[in-house]
Amino acid sequence: MKYTAFAAVSAVALACAAPAVAGPEAEVLHWWTSGGEAKSAAVLQQEFADNGGTWTDMPVAGGGGDAAMTALRARVLSGNAPTAVQLKGPAIQEWYEEGVLADISSVAEAEGWGDVLPGSIAEHMKCEGKWCAAPVNVHRVDWIWANAALLEANGIEMPQTWEDFNAAADKLMAAGITPLAHGGQAWQDATVFEAVALGFLGPEDFRKAFVELDMDTLKSEKMTAVFDQMRKMRGYVDANFPGRDWNLATSMVMNGEAAFQIMGDWAKGEFLAAGKEPGKDFLCASVPGDGFLYNVDSFAMFEVDGEDKQAGQDLLAKLIVGPKFQEVFNLNKGSIPARVDVKLDAFDTCAHLSAKDMGESADNGSLLPSYAHGMALRGAQAGAITDVVTAHFNSEMSSAEAVQMLADAVANSL
Amino acid sequence: MTEWLERHIPKMVLAPSFAAVLVFVYGFIAWTAWVSLTRSRLLPKYEIDGLIQYERLFNAPRWDTAMSNLFVFGTLFILISMVLGLMLAILLDQKIRTEGVLRTIYLYPMALSLIVTGTAWKWIMNPGLGLEAMVRGWGFESFTFDWVINPDKAIYAVVIAGVWQASGFVMALFLAGLRGVDGEIIKAAQVDGIPAWRIYTAIIIPSMAPIFLSAFIVLAHLAIKSFDLVIALTGGGPGYATDLPATYMYTMAFSRGDIGQAASSAMVMMGVVFAIIVPYLYSELRAKHD
Repeated sequence: MKYTAFAAVSAVALACAAPAVAGPEAEVLHWWTSGGEAKSAAVLQQEFADNGGTWTDMPVAGGGGDAAMTALRARVLSGNAPTAVQLKGPAIQEWYEEGVLADISSVAEAEGWGDVLPGSIAEHMKCEGKWCAAPVNVHRVDWIWANAALLEANGIEMPQTWEDFNAAADKLMAAGITPLAHGGQAWQDATVFEAVALGFLGPEDFRKAFVELDMDTLKSEKMTAVFDQMRKMRGYVDANFPGRDWNLATSMVMNGEAAFQIMGDWAKGEFLAAGKEPGKDFLCASVPGDGFLYNVDSFAMFEVDGEDKQAGQDLLAKLIVGPKFQEVFNLNKGSIPARVDVKLDAFDTCAHLSAKDMGESADNGSLLPSYAHGMALRGAQAGAITDVVTAHFNSEMSSAEAVQMLADAVANSL
Repeated sequence: MTEWLERHIPKMVLAPSFAAVLVFVYGFIAWTAWVSLTRSRLLPKYEIDGLIQYERLFNAPRWDTAMSNLFVFGTLFILISMVLGLMLAILLDQKIRTEGVLRTIYLYPMALSLIVTGTAWKWIMNPGLGLEAMVRGWGFESFTFDWVINPDKAIYAVVIAGVWQASGFVMALFLAGLRGVDGEIIKAAQVDGIPAWRIYTAIIIPSMAPIFLSAFIVLAHLAIKSFDLVIALTGGGPGYATDLPATYMYTMAFSRGDIGQAASSAMVMMGVVFAIIVPYLYSELRAKHD
């Protein structure tokens, strides 16, 4: 009796002590914690588990990723980096320079990422020629959203040029309707600014100004024109805009309190969640001008020890760029897949337009990174530009002063 | 043995907290000073590179705004809170019947967190939701109170919320001071037929000088470290019109990956605190010597 009890206890103890079945492991740091985003993250988690992996979730909410970056800094400094981290744009290369990113070229080459990702987006995923991150989606930033009924009632078409836009806005002002729904937060000011800048500078000079930080372009006449238009935009906004969140601005368009909003395609999620139909209740179009500003979410892979973790990293990278995940995830998130060979049958008309424009602009070199969403520049430089944009938008500063301040701020941030 | 213990136990008990303060306060001040001399961006680096971060700091228009906001906010906040607090204390000191209740009511804002104060005042002062909308609703169509969204006035909106929060606390300090004034002197003055306002200005208030000093020190450090109030009330906006040094430092360190810049702004903030505290300590120590 005594012995059987002993045997039973040791059997249980052994079962507990036996290592959990070895397999791919991944600890993933991200800040997709709200509504549709959390649902999108769960898709990846599920697929990872279906492929035999063990996923350790590490969501850190708050501050648009600021809190997550603080957590990441602490983890890296203590020599215990997560397997994969939601990072984007030049921040990936910035972390690479700290010497903490892993090389996932073997997966990328086996999966043929080079053939399915647009060239300029693939560049963001490489660190000195080696793949170090996996793209999840492509958000387009330079969208203009409109309330279809308001436009029809006032006999206005979707604007094709900035003159059209100004004429439409003046007409709406005269009719007592707020032309532009906007939230006075620095990043929203920057979002409108870069959409205007793309229109007035054109793709070539946009790249020079906001990717290469070319001083001549930053101080050019065209840049003065951009700030002139921003001054006009300020006049098209209602008085209560300071501090308003972007989704409240979107609901102003939805409820017919305002006609237009310039915002990335996450605004579409708000319209769809409210049961509005694209093309019928609301309209989407790219802002006047050529080009396509993208905001690509991605996961950077950090250097980790142990075969299980490295296997987890490879599996994660493979799944993220895999066609199935790209489709399901982006249907949830409102963006479009980063890989160009995914069938778009399940997507709405706005997403179709986005995908078509992405293909065309990738071919003619006008597929550009969004500066306002941290794709084009490092934090310090992008922040310096945003400071000037928001200071100009919220004061009586002249365009000439703003251009001078812009050049000084960029020089000071280097 | 017991004698030895008696002599050393206080030191032994204090030693851990002394060591902790030494490392976690003074050690980290030294670390910040070091980092402020480097070109640290995303992660701290330790190669000294001169005063580059301070040059950048003093060239940044946003830092100028933050410092002048601190000056405006600090001066007005301290001054108005003291004047209001003193007035409330004097009025409450008139031996009125419901003093206990009133005192509690005025003291209560201090019990709220600054986040709550900031959020509540954000709604009260929002032109579309709060005071302006209400008064206009009563028929005064031209009434305007849009300080919180006006870049030139927004910092004064922060002062209003700050004063609302702190003046009750200052009142309690002054009330204690008033109660500490020797009643005999006041009675003697009353016998001599001196008017009440003269009693206050010539006798009571001068005898409360130490209370003024404590109130000033408490308010000054509240002003310098006020961060949550601005974050909740205006988020530093419109634009960066209500940025304070503390919010500037936070932005640089946590949103922009510019740790060197954040460290240099923290050092300048510490300089400002020293400029206030050191004369105070000096006068305190000298008083003891005399």
